[in-house]
Amino acid sequence: MTTAVDVADLVKRYPKSRHNAVDGLSFRVRCGEIFGLLGPNGAGKTTTVGVLTTRIVPTSGKVEIGGVDVGRDPVAAKTKVAVVPQRVNLDRSLNARQNLLFHATYHGVGRSARHALADELLDRMGLAGKARARVDDLSGGQSQRLMIARALIHRPEVLFLDEPSTGLDPQARLFLHDRIEDLRSEGITVVLTTHDMDEAEKLSDRVGIVDHGRMLTVDTPSELIRSLPGSGTMDVTIRTNGLTPEAAGGTLAEIPGVQRVERIGRPSGEGGAAETRLRLYVAGETTELLGPVAARLHERTVTVTDLALGSATLEDVFIDLTGRDMR
Amino acid sequence: MSTTTTSLRAFTAVLGRDVFVTGRELPSFLAQVLVQPVALLFVFGKVLGQLGYTQPGYAQILLPGMIALNAFLVALQNTSFPLVLDFSYSREIEDRLLAPLPISWVAVEKMLFGALRGLFAALLMFPIGLLMLGRVSWDLSGLPFAVLCMVLGSLAGGTVGLTVGAAVPPRRINIMFAVILAPLIFTGASQFPWAQLHDLRWFQIVCAFNPLTYVSEGMRGALLPEVPHMAPWVCVLALLLACLIFGAAGIKFFLRRALD
Ligand SMILES: Nc1ncnc2c1ncn2[C@@H]1O[C@H](COP(=O)(O)OP(=O)(O)OP(=O)(O)O)[C@@H](O)[C@H]1O
Ligand SMILES: [Mg+2]
Repeated sequence: MTTAVDVADLVKRYPKSRHNAVDGLSFRVRCGEIFGLLGPNGAGKTTTVGVLTTRIVPTSGKVEIGGVDVGRDPVAAKTKVAVVPQRVNLDRSLNARQNLLFHATYHGVGRSARHALADELLDRMGLAGKARARVDDLSGGQSQRLMIARALIHRPEVLFLDEPSTGLDPQARLFLHDRIEDLRSEGITVVLTTHDMDEAEKLSDRVGIVDHGRMLTVDTPSELIRSLPGSGTMDVTIRTNGLTPEAAGGTLAEIPGVQRVERIGRPSGEGGAAETRLRLYVAGETTELLGPVAARLHERTVTVTDLALGSATLEDVFIDLTGRDMR
Repeated sequence: MSTTTTSLRAFTAVLGRDVFVTGRELPSFLAQVLVQPVALLFVFGKVLGQLGYTQPGYAQILLPGMIALNAFLVALQNTSFPLVLDFSYSREIEDRLLAPLPISWVAVEKMLFGALRGLFAALLMFPIGLLMLGRVSWDLSGLPFAVLCMVLGSLAGGTVGLTVGAAVPPRRINIMFAVILAPLIFTGASQFPWAQLHDLRWFQIVCAFNPLTYVSEGMRGALLPEVPHMAPWVCVLALLLACLIFGAAGIKFFLRRALD
């Protein structure tokens, strides 16, 4: 399996900044893979994408795209990559279709090929009716799709998508996901940054979680979830019948296999009928704990009104690794 | 395909994009480059002359200066203004920075395209001047050297524009006119022969720092050899030097803006 993107000990400190925006980051993306780069705000994702697309000069470290050293041969690297940035940067002096055509011309796509490709991509991105629209007249989602079309028109080996679904409605998001899946079948390597954990889980073959400019972990979403301590959850809704919710939680936490108990939601109902919801984080198989939990609650004469099993999500992994503090 | 071939092709395409966009906005481009020099030529060359406030022959001195002014200033403005906008919030230039050519080539393209517009604007002044003044008594043997001055003047204007455009932050664009353009217009010897300024020594020295002076003097010397003027080789040397200094500074500032 060949490597499409190779980042080794990448460090970037912006001028006048007191700390490193990217601080010794290393990871590899395989050819044809969809790689999710996750991380809290300011983690260094956009900076990393900037270095990989020649726009940011690294302080140290080495990055390669398809075997080409980006620092040493930026022009060759630029023929291999395409990027859909976080902010719209379409050419406002040109209309939608011209944006595609000129971009293709910069990249040396022949005349008839670029016209055919432009029409095909506009069609594929649902923009056929907007071919002659001024860039200023496009909605946020339409601009986003046009930037994706523009990125694809020179047939890049690696496509960088920096938070592509921010600001998209659910329909547009699904549409985008389908297009990204198409890229997988075309063999284009995709590096995707996102804050949408469901999206990352759904699309990515592997994800890397970055914080403070360092890679915390890289693996498939399912493996990351499995490795999370307390990766299974059990939500129990109880009527405590005199017992305090804390005491009920405490007694459940004593059951072997239960790692942590958290109160979720607000108590509902009144007086003795007050209902409390507790979430149990479980190591190993959740189903094996059904019996012990029910038995323990029965012992304490607590009424169970609802019980639901769940598994952890990528978001739980993310929070577990990066903490709850906002950046 | 070699990197150089790829880069050359991309360079041509980026230049082609600018030509295409200009072609579409030709009327506004013409207005931008012609209104000011035509007005100057009309007031100083025609109105003041007919009212008797200027000596006969002043219009003849003014015309080469106006052509030089247009070459230099249009090149400067057409390099700097778009650049300031390109680097502002819209970041439109990014698509070209990501095209497969060295970033410094994008800077050169910007400068070259500004210079082409300057040259075009200067050439337009020939027929307009002839029409407005009715009669010009030029030494036509000096025409090739005048054209050389125009070309060098446009290039110098482009390099100064690149420096200014890449160095001025977008929110300062409005003071750019007051503190940079206006002084350049009036210290460039385009409205007066520099060589005759001996009684205004300090002003003569100030003018010597303006590259436009050498364009005006070179053109006037070539077309009106009887008017006192600077030696042609001085003009060429100064303009080449200006291109070199401002070209290097401009590319340096451009790289600093384009790369984080
Ligand atoms: N041009 C710049 N100059 C100085 N500091 C910068 C610059 N760009 C980013 N930074 C800083 O570098 C750090 C990483 O920023 P970066 O944009 O890479 O984060 P990110 O992971 O993309 O965040 P987000 O999820 O919010 O987009 C931040 O602390 C940011 O403030
Ligand atoms: Mg970002």
